[in-house]
Amino acid sequence: MSGAAALETRGLCKNFGALEVARDVNFRLERGARHALIGPNGAGKTTFVNLLTGLLAPSRGSVMLEGEDVTSLAQARRVKRGIARTFQINQLFRGLTVLENVSIAVSERLGVGGHMWRAAGRRSDVLDEAMRLVHTLRLAADANRRIVELPYGRQRLVEIAIALGLGPRVLLLDEPAAGVPSAESHIILDAIAGLPKDIAVLIIEHDMDLVFRFASRITVLVSGAVFAEGTPAEIAANQDVRAVYLGSALDA
Amino acid sequence: MTIDATQALARRHHLRWWEALPWVAGIAMFFAFPTYLAFGTQLLITILFALSLDLVLGYAGIVTLGHAAFFGAGAYTVGILAQHFGWNEPLSGLAAAALVAGLIGLASGYVLLRTHGLTLLMLTLCTMTLLEQAGNMGAAWTGGFDGMPGLSFEKILGLFKFDVLYFKTQYLYALAVLFLGFLVVRRLVYSSFGQSLTGVRENLLRMHAVGAPVRARLVLAYTISAALAGVAGGLFTQTTGYVNLAVFGLERAAGVLIVLILGGHGRLYGAFVGAIAYLVLEHLLAKAYPTAWQLGIGATLILVALYARNGILGLGEALRRRLKGAT
Repeated sequence: MSGAAALETRGLCKNFGALEVARDVNFRLERGARHALIGPNGAGKTTFVNLLTGLLAPSRGSVMLEGEDVTSLAQARRVKRGIARTFQINQLFRGLTVLENVSIAVSERLGVGGHMWRAAGRRSDVLDEAMRLVHTLRLAADANRRIVELPYGRQRLVEIAIALGLGPRVLLLDEPAAGVPSAESHIILDAIAGLPKDIAVLIIEHDMDLVFRFASRITVLVSGAVFAEGTPAEIAANQDVRAVYLGSALDA
Repeated sequence: MTIDATQALARRHHLRWWEALPWVAGIAMFFAFPTYLAFGTQLLITILFALSLDLVLGYAGIVTLGHAAFFGAGAYTVGILAQHFGWNEPLSGLAAAALVAGLIGLASGYVLLRTHGLTLLMLTLCTMTLLEQAGNMGAAWTGGFDGMPGLSFEKILGLFKFDVLYFKTQYLYALAVLFLGFLVVRRLVYSSFGQSLTGVRENLLRMHAVGAPVRARLVLAYTISAALAGVAGGLFTQTTGYVNLAVFGLERAAGVLIVLILGGHGRLYGAFVGAIAYLVLEHLLAKAYPTAWQLGIGATLILVALYARNGILGLGEALRRRLKGAT
């Protein structure tokens, strides 16, 4: 086993003109890690995820996936290498059913998404795999319903199911519980707790309950730079972090 | 419930009994209205053209206002081959039309499909106008503004002579070509490829994020659609025996769009229902208000846009859902 992290960034920078949204970020996500990224609004958390997935290209620095430099790879290629994500705001195929949503992801992973002749309905490998994920996320009762007919909390689960359908080595969850009524957020929590152990998970979240329950390591991002990093206990005890972030978040 | 979902997807591409209806009706029309077959032939060609548009607009969500570029390219390919090269064999003529239109689709799609929305709309329109102007200026080859009248074609398969008076042969020929074209489109939209096109239409950002080569898929769909539109154009020239610049017109491009919106886009049979509805509406309105029939088409479109976004088929689906919900 090599010492390479699941995902690592070295001196990652991104600026939009004069605005620096990522500043020399050195970050390691260990294999199988449960890692949280927190920080006040506008700290550059989503930008950081976009840099990791290749939706944005960095101004400087590099992104390494299991020791290999993927900085120059486009988003689709990185997905093939094992980086999957969910979006802060649902990005689903709204007119299609839950099962179709997941099976589109599975088709792409299995490399049959471009097959033009065989009916999608005859791909039992795709359908079985998609249905298995639908079950895993307890969406089975809604499998045949279209996204638009689902409550928001259930839609969030479809986001996770799609990402898992890509067979990721690294999973980036961008505020998975955002917009979910607190009565339903335990469903999301359970889903995240039940993620396969071999997948390295990075979660961006404002909900401190969720972060402290889920993460074994926390990175605090402020103004695009790493402000602090450590175990949940270390972060909770860190007076600077409390001052810039936790205090206000805990009061809220 | 869970088994239902998998089965619903697994059965979606299965043929249903009512899918025989258009073809039964098509053959019935041949016997019932022998004097209307010239009209019927145009109807079939319109359906094929609308079907090609449905693949890109209805399924892949590519908004285009210039699809007549490919219809025209096919029509002129057949015309020029017949006029200047003595290439009057119909089936190979259609193949040539598909090839030329497909290549133009590939080249223009490769460039244009980087853009979206309004930009794409205008660029498709520009492509069509460029081809129209090329047709106008290359008079030595295209006959310029007057086009190429009086073209004649060989017997189909060496057996069936084109029927100048009653269009019997033309009608059955167009029906057969439409059937083959339909089979191809049906196959495509139910394939994994078709599913991924629907994914692009529903959410481009997500489609990128699942690692799909989005642009390659779109260019491919556009090329196939263009080739099919080219076949429709080739049929037009062969069945009417002439071609002129009207094949490139905005009127034709907008007309086929109206057909699809009226019938219901992204629904495979929207092209059929829409073409029939449009031509019947045009016929009735022109009879009742000879000078202002387009006003009626416009009013209908406004009603469809406001109350029936998914066209006539969409209305049917909504009605069915309501009936199901009631029981």
